[in-house]
Amino acid sequence: MAQKDALGRYGEELAVRTLVAAGYQLLDRNWRCRQGEIDIVAFDGHTLVICEVKTRSGLAFGSPAAAVDKRKLARLHRLAAAWLATHDVRCIEIRIDVIAILCRRGAPQIEHLVGVG
Amino acid sequence: MPLARTRSVIVIGVAGQLVEVEADISPGLPAMAIVGLADTAVAEARDRARAAVVNSGEDWPNRRITVGLSPASLHKHGSALDLAIAIAVLGAAGKIPIDALADLVVVGELGLDGRVRPVRGALAMALAARDVGCAIVVPASNYQEAALVPDLVVHAVANLAGLVGLLRGEILTGAPDTTPTLTPSEAGSVPDLSDVRGQVAARFGLELAAAGGHHISMLGPPGIGKTLLAERLPGILPALSGEAAVEVTAVHSIAGRLAEGQGLISRAPFIAPHHTASVAAVVGGGSGLPKLGLVSLAHHGVLFLDEAPEFAQSVLDALRLPLESGEIVVSRSGFNVRLPARFQLVLAANPCPCGLAGSMVAICQCSSLQRRRYLARLSGPLLDRIDVRLQLAAPTLAELRGIEGTVESSSVVAARVALARHRSERRLQGLPWRTNAEVPTTELRKRWPLPADVVASAEEAFETGHGSARGLDRVVRLAWTVADLAGHQSPTALDVETALLQRTGRGRWAA
Repeated sequence: MAQKDALGRYGEELAVRTLVAAGYQLLDRNWRCRQGEIDIVAFDGHTLVICEVKTRSGLAFGSPAAAVDKRKLARLHRLAAAWLATHDVRCIEIRIDVIAILCRRGAPQIEHLVGVG
Repeated sequence: MPLARTRSVIVIGVAGQLVEVEADISPGLPAMAIVGLADTAVAEARDRARAAVVNSGEDWPNRRITVGLSPASLHKHGSALDLAIAIAVLGAAGKIPIDALADLVVVGELGLDGRVRPVRGALAMALAARDVGCAIVVPASNYQEAALVPDLVVHAVANLAGLVGLLRGEILTGAPDTTPTLTPSEAGSVPDLSDVRGQVAARFGLELAAAGGHHISMLGPPGIGKTLLAERLPGILPALSGEAAVEVTAVHSIAGRLAEGQGLISRAPFIAPHHTASVAAVVGGGSGLPKLGLVSLAHHGVLFLDEAPEFAQSVLDALRLPLESGEIVVSRSGFNVRLPARFQLVLAANPCPCGLAGSMVAICQCSSLQRRRYLARLSGPLLDRIDVRLQLAAPTLAELRGIEGTVESSSVVAARVALARHRSERRLQGLPWRTNAEVPTTELRKRWPLPADVVASAEEAFETGHGSARGLDRVVRLAWTVADLAGHQSPTALDVETALLQRTGRGRWAA
């Protein structure tokens, strides 16, 4: 289990770097409430981005992005609302992104899916 | 551009309808949506295509895939779109050159391992592809069928990998090195007339029916050979001509009755529905998309109703329209489907519910009322279309032993029938009818009037109360077939009398 969690944390670290490198303004990380957890909250210009990070070490259980299904998306929507309710942040637009990271031999493959739901 | 387009075909009624299959890959969570009024079988193509692509050693794009089927307002059904969907997705993913897809019609069901399974109605699909001038990709086991269509490039593929290779130009041809052939298996499978002992009059009636394309009814006690005779009608009918053979093959392919690798059907089909068959089973239709009925399977062939009075009244009544027009029109909200149904009707009936009336060996227990009611179920309009009406009696022992001479085989009778058909076709050349039975009686009277002395015997029979005016016309029509069989230019007085004999019997069944 510890190995899996370590991979997850490593993935999130990669994701944050990716977003920062792309000019996103980081607001929050690993925000938790009763309904679950948001991996990353950031601003992309005036758009609030709720970002889910999925990291996998192989494709045996499908691609990392494929693990984000409708239920997970619906949960992210609810979490976004919950986050906004507890923070004094104004935004014009909210977007949900997925960062899928595949850590196999060589450099990890990072895929940023913008506006998935 | 992550968009690819190819084409496929679905079968509606008996005609192939071209469907454009587009696949678009956009950034987003991996998902696949199929839009364009797809039924469950088409929607399931999503999972079949994915498994088949992965198991063929290709990468499935982990993106948001949208597959569009157009015309969008048309209901798509069946699994024949599988292959086109898989290929369109691979094209959109950049795995296959897109230009290779645009002018290709692709049909085939996918197995999870990437195998391409046969589809129903490949012939109709191939015809649709030919009409738009596209090459077609068909499952290998449908190659024989699709290759029957002239002026069409047919590629046969056994699996998805084969088609991908073909489209990438790695494999030059996917066609197996077999040529379409006529089905050889059919010749032996039809029972022969030489099996029937006795029943000389009925054999002649059958020959007349075959020669003129007349509908025929047989009345007689059970076990007398009605079914035996009816089953032998296809054996003496002429082989199906090119166009008719293609129509019949297409219909049987759609109904899934074509054996794998079977080519053109060249013999008239013989369809014998059970008397419990429903209206939808017999004439076609049913819920959802109209399905082919048994009358369509009997197209250019024989529809045999054994125990005809036992059929539901609604079924018998539903036969009147196809008997008249040679087709069934099934209407659904928004569209009509025309199903071909030009068949030769053979009715068989027992003389009464118990079947023993007129028998020498047992006594019939039915009341006269029961007997009347039994045959009255066959309505006037239906019986009206039947030119040859046979009353079969039990053969004598001498007949059963075959003393009266050698019994003719189907091939001998078929040769005479073919000759008679040839004569009638020459007479009907340039006219819209192919057989004597199809010529309306009014036209018959107008175009080929017979001298009074020839029809005298028939007229006399009707004057003495043995029939109606319409019956007289029918006798004259049948007389033309008798003349064709005998090789006469036009019916003689004897031909008319012979025809008269085939129609006059006892009770209701007389003209």
